[in-house]
Amino acid sequence: MLSREEVLHIAHLARLELAEEEIEAYRKQLSSILEYFARLQEVDTEGIPPTASVLPPRTVLRRDEPRPGLSRKDLLANAPDVVDGQFRVPPVLGPSP
Amino acid sequence: MDLQQWTLKDVVEALRRGQVSSVEITRAYLARIEALEPHIHAFLHLDPEGALRRAAEADRLRTQAEDPTSLPPLLGVPIAVKDVLTVRGMPCTCGSRILEDFVPPYNATAVQRLLDAGVIVVGKTNTDEFAMGSSTENSAYGPTYNPWDPSRVPGGSSGGSAAAVAARMVPAALGTDTGGSVRQPASFCGVTGLKPTYGRISRFGLVAYGSSLDTVGTLTLTAADAALLFPLMAGFDPRDATSMRQPVPTITLPDEPDLRGLRIGVPQEYFREGLQPEVAQAVRQAIEHLAHLGAEVVDISLPHTPYAVPVYYIIAPSEASANLARYDGIRYGPRVEGETMWDIFYKTRGRLFGPEVKRRIMLGTYALSAGYYDAYYAKAQKVRTLFRQDFEKAFQRVDLIAAPVAPSTAFPIGTKTQDPLSMYLEDIFTLPANLAGVPGIAFPVGFDHQGLPIGMQLMAPPFEEPRLLAVAHAYQMTTDWHTRVPRFASQGAVGSTP
Repeated sequence: MLSREEVLHIAHLARLELAEEEIEAYRKQLSSILEYFARLQEVDTEGIPPTASVLPPRTVLRRDEPRPGLSRKDLLANAPDVVDGQFRVPPVLGPSP
Repeated sequence: MDLQQWTLKDVVEALRRGQVSSVEITRAYLARIEALEPHIHAFLHLDPEGALRRAAEADRLRTQAEDPTSLPPLLGVPIAVKDVLTVRGMPCTCGSRILEDFVPPYNATAVQRLLDAGVIVVGKTNTDEFAMGSSTENSAYGPTYNPWDPSRVPGGSSGGSAAAVAARMVPAALGTDTGGSVRQPASFCGVTGLKPTYGRISRFGLVAYGSSLDTVGTLTLTAADAALLFPLMAGFDPRDATSMRQPVPTITLPDEPDLRGLRIGVPQEYFREGLQPEVAQAVRQAIEHLAHLGAEVVDISLPHTPYAVPVYYIIAPSEASANLARYDGIRYGPRVEGETMWDIFYKTRGRLFGPEVKRRIMLGTYALSAGYYDAYYAKAQKVRTLFRQDFEKAFQRVDLIAAPVAPSTAFPIGTKTQDPLSMYLEDIFTLPANLAGVPGIAFPVGFDHQGLPIGMQLMAPPFEEPRLLAVAHAYQMTTDWHTRVPRFASQGAVGSTP
């Protein structure tokens, strides 16, 4: 069973604010899911390499030539707060929680 | 114009022969959408004016063409696109509040290639938020209702696309399949769903969920229709490093339904406990039908099938937890304001992601976190290798694998939303193809006693989509399940109220 502190730690790593009722709901749900997943330990994987991709290993190279990309106007069009052609955010420096 | 029996191929041929104009056909589909959408909710965005404008352009191009054979093959054909693929200038919400106002400035490659072939995108279809779900109930904008029984789910996550095609609101739609999201809704809605080989169709412009698993696929009424769309989208794209350079085959469908010389494997692990008896029976009958057409049927084993759910639900959420880190309220989407930048991250993500997305982000974050990585993520990656080996061994003996798509037919809305694990277990038969990267096709092979469609899937070795399409086509040449129209949708024909 996950503890309340573990749920809060995971949410912190994922930068998710959780409402009080969500903490307990996720604690129960994630615990039962992880309990079900424990059956994976039955599988003998001694000497079996991991699969990160099903594609054959290969090197993808191309010439490093400039190409047209999206315009600054297009890139900023969806931003919630823009000033002087740039994204605006509150101060970045300072204590992180 | 009664569109209920029109396939995509019929639309293409009628346009080519000049029997209908693009404006007429587009208007007719839009009228069906207008009549049925209040009851189905297949769409998140519709652009009827833009569609009719492009239809008029297509008609002008066709009348002015000196050489009709030089015209794009799908000129003036209306289709729909799942709302996780970008269409320039159309909102792309991914079924999420966190992209509520996002309007992408570029087209996904799959979409661009179809636009180049002449299609008209009439709208964006509903999806579980970020394609995470098996019922379309996880859309932040409300569920889609199954045209065969609106009290039931259409499946997911491409539920909007499957329902739109089943209700004949469009002749074809794009979907995406990370763990069954094209095949399972195709099965629940009684349509044909093609999930290509991993790497066969570019994912540029597909909003990333599980990058080692995501594929772009099609929802159509027939395999012959899928065969029209698939080769136009397939092929290398310099914008997607995972897209493969294999040449795109020309797909020639057989004139005769002759399957002699074909070996079909039936994995015993797919017919065990938990499979609805009517589904087992319909799929076994469909396999007998393929044998009747000349195929040799043999029993095979895919021994790791029982582990599909834990392997997938560790790997996909792990990848999702990284992919969805980009939604931070800074560059796109709405922002929940805060005192500091950190506050913005926590609040925007905590309040604008829905419950299932947060669940999977946390599951993936946990599986990747210090102390748990080896027991979960690394273990799942090793078992994934065993899934690939299962398929490699099977395909040494057989040309195709035939199996049920889902353990049951479409379930009632609201029955699985409170128990996430029960929803995950719905995916057990579709996940293995994604884990192994092989292509699959789902199509209707019967109905249960409640009148709900039952689907079967065929799986093939990588890059053997032509074989999948040919065999599904042979089945559809000699059966009529795929021609059935939901009563609900036929009552909703233009001019009457459902």
